[in-house]
Amino acid sequence: MKNTRRLRAHPLAVLALLALAALVLALSVGSIVVSPADIIVALFGSEGGTGATVVRELRLARALACFACGGLLALAGTLMQVLLRNPLADPYILGVSGGAAVGALAAIVLGLASPWMEAGALAGALAAMLTVFGLAHGDGSWTQTRLLLTGVIVAAGCGAAITLMLALAPAAQVQSMLFWLMGDASGANNPWPALAVLAVGLAAALPFGRDLNVLARGQLSARALGVDTRRLRRGLYVLASLFTAVAVTLLGTVGFVGLVVPHLVRLVLGNDQRILMPAAVLAGGALLSIADTLARTVLAPRQLPVGVLTVLIGVPVFLFLLARQARAGER
Amino acid sequence: MNILALPAALACPTPWDDASLPLLTARGLALQRGGRELCCPFELDVRAGQCVAILGRNGAGKTTLLHALAGLHGEGSALALSGEVRFGQRPAAHWPARQAARFRGLLPQRQPLPFAANVLETVLVGRHPHLGRWERESDADTAIAHAALAAVGLAGFDERDLRTLSGGERQRVTLAALLAQTPRLFLLDEPLNHLDLHHRIAVLELLAALAASGRGVAMVLHDLELAARYADTIVLLDGDGGVTVGPTAGVLTPQRLSHAFGHPLRRFEIEGRAVFLPE
Repeated sequence: MKNTRRLRAHPLAVLALLALAALVLALSVGSIVVSPADIIVALFGSEGGTGATVVRELRLARALACFACGGLLALAGTLMQVLLRNPLADPYILGVSGGAAVGALAAIVLGLASPWMEAGALAGALAAMLTVFGLAHGDGSWTQTRLLLTGVIVAAGCGAAITLMLALAPAAQVQSMLFWLMGDASGANNPWPALAVLAVGLAAALPFGRDLNVLARGQLSARALGVDTRRLRRGLYVLASLFTAVAVTLLGTVGFVGLVVPHLVRLVLGNDQRILMPAAVLAGGALLSIADTLARTVLAPRQLPVGVLTVLIGVPVFLFLLARQARAGER
Repeated sequence: MNILALPAALACPTPWDDASLPLLTARGLALQRGGRELCCPFELDVRAGQCVAILGRNGAGKTTLLHALAGLHGEGSALALSGEVRFGQRPAAHWPARQAARFRGLLPQRQPLPFAANVLETVLVGRHPHLGRWERESDADTAIAHAALAAVGLAGFDERDLRTLSGGERQRVTLAALLAQTPRLFLLDEPLNHLDLHHRIAVLELLAALAASGRGVAMVLHDLELAARYADTIVLLDGDGGVTVGPTAGVLTPQRLSHAFGHPLRRFEIEGRAVFLPE
């Protein structure tokens, strides 16, 4: 047992190093290349060279915003997959992102800029979250199917509203609407609230890791083993929705991270939620940081939406791991 | 797997000094679903050392009854329950969930498996009610899980992926998880599902050994001969709300069984064992 525990703690350290490397890369690469030594000076010293200014005032906020968003989405996806006991669930499946998109796009259509766009996104996300919760909870049964169906229907409604707004909006605004929908980090300048939510949320979820392992085996078994599934599932829903709302408010609807990072981590580390949750946060954060670094450098000075790069990196990595696991299964 | 004695690791930590006090008591228990009567009010005691079989045709409400006996009938479903279920002296509903989980264990009929899982971690899930919020499974818990796996003949299966196991092997893994839970009261929903002839007998011998070591067992069964051989008390549901509870020989009569299963059958005796043949 001791042995396996050491083996399992190890990947978390590897992932932490990977996340750190991704952040360093995000801070150093760009039109001006800053060496890692200069980054340390920029972050902890008070010198004011051009490199230091670029790191402090442009790249740091953006890199941390990407990390927070990736971590939040990956954690939300992990929780949502346990809540719905469905490996195909993602943070957007229950309509939170749809609500956020409606709010943000409405703000853009009205010609409002930051911070109204963010306010609209957050308000929309919370509205969708409360609607789904209220409707799914309606008769008190709060079943899996009812929750899933309510969420999917609300998401579909939001999708229609989004399409309508895209169709009716003036051409000048459609570009920024599309960027928001794909996930765009160029406007992110305050990552701290999201990082705080991520840290507090992870700390709140970790003590329930074993309960989540039990819940993943089915509600009846979980109740027989003394888990208060009603409260646990409500808590899961609220946490996962809140993480999603904060992430989407920060960078728009970045796809793929929330669905695939939990899977990716599960393929490598197994399905113990106590390991899976921190691992998903680190891997999701690292993936999005790397993707954004590429998004702003590949076609520089043009900036690409980070959501597109996330998918372009994630798909081959995921397919590789899936193929590797299939081969391992045959042996 | 040939069970003669239970390993000490699987002993139940919940003491039960008063042998005269039933582990489980149902008083005036009645179940209705959507206006349909599943069970008229009936009485049942399950004492330490007892082995109870719940029999009845498909849809008669055996699983619902077992869940009600476990204090786990569905939240907010259309089930109406009256009467009382007690674990020991206290009503089941008054037991804190974790304490109840250390007292009674349930083997569900279906075990959904949406995510990949290996055998050892599946069995360790049974240790959940014994661990505090901040505790991890200790070496002692792993030893218990290994003893449970050995008891169902799956020693050495630790790292196997559950999805690569046969139906019968998976059923025995689930049983091992229940053993690792070390409850005093075992409630099992069709524990013989997917098992071959040898393992059916072996699992029933294991349950009999558990009963002999001071545990109580109540299980849903479909096999009349095995119920006659291993159970001392029968709960027979006739599907129209009628419940017969009593000692095995008195309940397993051709008349009652023919009525309950809606098919005429005859009872024979071969070398002292009851055999039931459908007409």
